[in-house]
Amino acid sequence: MLTEELKQEIESYIHEHCPNRRGACIEAMMIVQRSQGWLSDESMRDLAAFLEMSPDELDGVATFYNHLFRKPVGRHVIWICDSVTCWVMGYEGMLEHMQRRLGIKSGETTPDGRFTLLPIQCLGACHHAPALMIDNDLHEDLTPQKFDQILKDYK
Amino acid sequence: MERPLTKNIRDGMEPLDIAAYEKSGGYRAVHKALRQMVPKDLVDLVTASNLRGRGGAGFPTGQKWATVPMGDNVPRPKYLVVDADEMEPGTFKDRFLMEGDPHQLIEGIILGAYAIQADIAFIFLRHEYTKSAQRLTRAMAEAYDRGYLGSNIAGSGFSLQLRLHISAGRYICGEGTAMLNSMQGGRAIPRHRLPHPTVSGLWGKPTNINNAETLCNLPHIVNNGADWFKGLSRCKDGGTKIYGASGKVKKPGAWELPIGTTIREILEEHAGGMREGVKFRAVIPGGASTEFLLEEHLDVQMDYDSVPKAGSRLGTGTMIVLDDQTCPVGMVHNLEHFFARESCGWCTPCREGLPWTARILKDIEEGRGMMDDLGRLENLGKDLWLGRTFCPLAPGAMEPLRSALVHFREDFERHIREKRCPWR
Repeated sequence: MLTEELKQEIESYIHEHCPNRRGACIEAMMIVQRSQGWLSDESMRDLAAFLEMSPDELDGVATFYNHLFRKPVGRHVIWICDSVTCWVMGYEGMLEHMQRRLGIKSGETTPDGRFTLLPIQCLGACHHAPALMIDNDLHEDLTPQKFDQILKDYK
Repeated sequence: MERPLTKNIRDGMEPLDIAAYEKSGGYRAVHKALRQMVPKDLVDLVTASNLRGRGGAGFPTGQKWATVPMGDNVPRPKYLVVDADEMEPGTFKDRFLMEGDPHQLIEGIILGAYAIQADIAFIFLRHEYTKSAQRLTRAMAEAYDRGYLGSNIAGSGFSLQLRLHISAGRYICGEGTAMLNSMQGGRAIPRHRLPHPTVSGLWGKPTNINNAETLCNLPHIVNNGADWFKGLSRCKDGGTKIYGASGKVKKPGAWELPIGTTIREILEEHAGGMREGVKFRAVIPGGASTEFLLEEHLDVQMDYDSVPKAGSRLGTGTMIVLDDQTCPVGMVHNLEHFFARESCGWCTPCREGLPWTARILKDIEEGRGMMDDLGRLENLGKDLWLGRTFCPLAPGAMEPLRSALVHFREDFERHIREKRCPWR
């Protein structure tokens, strides 16, 4: 459901940034996702109508981008960089440790809904590889011990 | 040695606020250019300075600006789009500048917008750069407050709106026309290059796209002149460059150095040489989509003309080092896996060819390769090359592969012969 508040936020973005409604669709999806955690079929249907698009057309945009979730995710999303420098600096061992520690594979969510683990391309932190992000926070120079420690800050 | 781009940047410190930035000479170039220069003066100055685009392609900035339609009878609004979508694997230079001195970028944007008489500028920032977003947002608010953004900037009659656009994230957004499609709420699929975006870009209006590092140079060129800027370099391109090094070097990092500094100086003096116990084997000089260079190339100057002569490209100028304890086949597999995932799927050679490339490499790395796979990879290197695909993503992906097949032939063959990766 699109609340009046969300509609207003999207409307003001359209007004400031776009000559037409559909032009705002990516930011509009981000706005909905920030409030609801992910983009459900129902939200996509309502949002598409609000932007004068068809739901499938909107879905075609959503599925293109890394940061738009069409499935529920955990309370925290862990993005592990799997690009070249992190690979050279030990990404494979880190990923193995993380999967074991969390009890899930890349792409999955822990049964308690706390973490989702996803791969991401280079985070631009190559001088402190290996690196990952949890939600909006960058964590660098990772070791298995450091990873276990960091997790405690995300309840 | 002068370091204009990083003179205000202190490791681990908050960036200068607007008052401190002004005190250090900041926004002086805006006053000077907007009051004493007509747009054409600025275009001529930047052309004379030999500033070339720092995003990777190295196109002369002044020349690009000169293709934007000027005068009263042109479509409005005109746009300046700042490419701050730094996603080339191994690259961390724009982040350094945006987090370190956001006002410098904003000042550069005002100048770049003035040169083409843009009405609206967008910073297209990658989603993961949350600290850059925070610092730019704060600096933009300060600049609006102080009258450097908005209408009638510094009493000059020139007006500019600046907005931060945060991407939803995909590597292909770094291709300029794909970026425009993304900003219009679409899938980031590249457009035909004609008409050029400077004529018909965002929403069909004249749009100039410049890399963030490129724009950061502008205040210094305006303040100090074209000759001074050319004098900073060690080659015929003007200025300094943010170079970087990552991999198993002692001190990975990013440094502002004269453009044309050699690979050896960057790796040995600034990155501190290789870590104990590992030896240098090769380097990718400018981000994932550039060819490997070897020890014999260490004295090559890192500039737009010298690196191609050695068989690679300057790209983003941030190098990734391959050491002797790391498997070159595994490294190339990692690169091609990345490019396969990031293909937008629009053109067939890229959509089908990159996953095929990655699959063959995975087989070789995991001991299932056959000798004729090497011929298949060579053919893919030709079939996905320039002119065979819709945009430069796939040819970029082929650069490290093609060079690896030459330089590391023996390593590929050994994987196939021994049916395993010798490094595992």
